[in-house]
Amino acid sequence: MSKNKNNMLDQLDNRILRYLQNDPESSVAKLAEKAATTPPVVSRRLAKLQETGYILGHELILDWSALGFEVQVSLRVTLDKTEPSAFDEFLKAARKIKEVLEIQTFLGLVDVRLSVVARDMEHYQQVYRDSILVLPHISDIEALMHISTIKLDRRLPI
Amino acid sequence: MLSILDKQILKKLSLEPKLTTSALATSLSTSQPVIWRRIKRLQSIGVIKGKRLLLNQELLGFGVKVFLGIKLATKSVISLDDFERAASAIPEVQSIEHVLGLYDYRLRVVARDIADFERVLRRRIMTLPGAGQVEANVLLSEEVLPGPI
Repeated sequence: MSKNKNNMLDQLDNRILRYLQNDPESSVAKLAEKAATTPPVVSRRLAKLQETGYILGHELILDWSALGFEVQVSLRVTLDKTEPSAFDEFLKAARKIKEVLEIQTFLGLVDVRLSVVARDMEHYQQVYRDSILVLPHISDIEALMHISTIKLDRRLPI
Repeated sequence: MLSILDKQILKKLSLEPKLTTSALATSLSTSQPVIWRRIKRLQSIGVIKGKRLLLNQELLGFGVKVFLGIKLATKSVISLDDFERAASAIPEVQSIEHVLGLYDYRLRVVARDIADFERVLRRRIMTLPGAGQVEANVLLSEEVLPGPI
């Protein structure tokens, strides 16, 4: 399984990444202790991993319900693919909707997924009618209502 | 509840995860300690739930990202717990959401390539307790927007 571009990294790099994934706010000193090396070595490795683009940064995980957005819905959209510009036009318009948090495109039954937040069901209805349904080239929409998140760390199995 | 500065911080950070506190402070014409204090406060009131390390998945050899919609074959409190516990333990499963609608769960899965994905699907996903129908969609692109901050 080692036949990947991963072989640019040695075991120490991988260890550092693994610990940092588990505890993104870990200090250099703590990382060094866990990886059985010294803080200067860890600092140097981290700088290198950032420089070479392995580490892209830190992403905040926001709690939208703490911000007053109690409703989170995943909209699975199928587009009318007879129109060649359907994807581009749809994505361009979807980016302008304030309540959209995420746009993903897929190969499969679904073409695009929009992650949408709203203050409550009434607000959701309004967003759905006034902003979502008017998006161009939609041939079908399905909604999945978010109930809870069980796992969200998005760690890589390295 | 949130000040304009809070909102600006959240917006900037969600658009540019690489931004350092000092760069953030400069771009918002304030000081680093102010930024720190604001972020600490946002954490303590629960708006910021946590931080996630963003790694370059392609460089690390994970070329395939798939979202799975899974329907449980049987539904009871016990089967939900069993399913969630078992699915959480799979290293290739990056996130699990419990949803209402066509599916019961939405899973984000990474794999090195399609063959690796097939292995995960057959050996790990299909064998999850209670798993019924599974739909897979391969992720082509994704973008994160700041949202209504």
